[in-house]
Amino acid sequence: MNRIDENTKPIGAGEPLEPELREALGNFKSSLTAWSEAMMSRPREAMAPARTNWGLVTKWALACVVFAGTVSGGLYQNHRQQEIAKAEAAAAAAQAAEQRRELAAQVANEKSAQSAEDLMAKVDSDISREVPSALQPLASLMTDDGNTGN
Amino acid sequence: MIKATAEDIAAQEFAGIVASHRTQIFRFLLASTRDVDLAETLTQDCFLKAHRNWSGFRGESSALTWLMRIAINLQKDYWRNRRLQFWRQTRSNSVDVDEAGEWLPSGERNAEQHILAKEQVTHVWQAVDKLSERQRTVFLLRYVEDLELKEIAETTGMGEGTVKAHLSRALARVRKEFGKDRDQG
Repeated sequence: MNRIDENTKPIGAGEPLEPELREALGNFKSSLTAWSEAMMSRPREAMAPARTNWGLVTKWALACVVFAGTVSGGLYQNHRQQEIAKAEAAAAAAQAAEQRRELAAQVANEKSAQSAEDLMAKVDSDISREVPSALQPLASLMTDDGNTGN
Repeated sequence: MIKATAEDIAAQEFAGIVASHRTQIFRFLLASTRDVDLAETLTQDCFLKAHRNWSGFRGESSALTWLMRIAINLQKDYWRNRRLQFWRQTRSNSVDVDEAGEWLPSGERNAEQHILAKEQVTHVWQAVDKLSERQRTVFLLRYVEDLELKEIAETTGMGEGTVKAHLSRALARVRKEFGKDRDQG
């Protein structure tokens, strides 16, 4: 008995089929018929509700949790780093301003001290060089180091 | 009394229709969905709907064509609703193509022939799995339910030319699947 021929009517309408394809389609129909007959003749049970694919649901839920955690963690970290960077920048700016102020004050002090010293030196020099004419003979007797030559 | 008799006749007629075509409708829906529970539910829905509209059936087309049209519409409605609901996408009892290909009648085949037949069935399933909804419907109606092109056109509401085109593409896909196997072999 050839089951393929038994289960397939001539496949005539449409395009002609190669023998292999024809046989395959016959087997496909036989297989489907066997499956549906087996399912129809099985003992009838109360219709079970469709299974919930908990594996898939769990995977999706986990993926969502991980994604949300990653995103919120990243955002929090980014926000925190920005805050720290801002605080550090503000502290650095304040410190730099303080340093500039100190430097400016120091420069100003040094300048004023220098100018006072210069002025005193100039006065000394001027006074020591401008000797009244009456004392010129005595001044000429004096050496630069202040000795009288004796 | 006369009315009751007419109703009895109609009920008997309908019972005859159910008995004649239930197997075919279930087989078509099983092939389309690969889900036994869903195919059973849709088959029941199909006959329920047919029963409600039985008085409106004028016999212009065959009862099978009419029932197939109802079954196809129910199936379309199911997929349309399912596409819109993510939750339903996680709920499925469809078997995969390899499992579906396991079914073969216990005929007079030797082991080699049995393996070859199983391979062929699996290839056809793989091709059917890749077809569009329309191509699959046309393919199954033609090569499983043995409907003529005209009947398929009536059932699906397509023109005969469109049916031919879908059938041709479906067959090309099946041929490609077999060719792939030959290349691998």
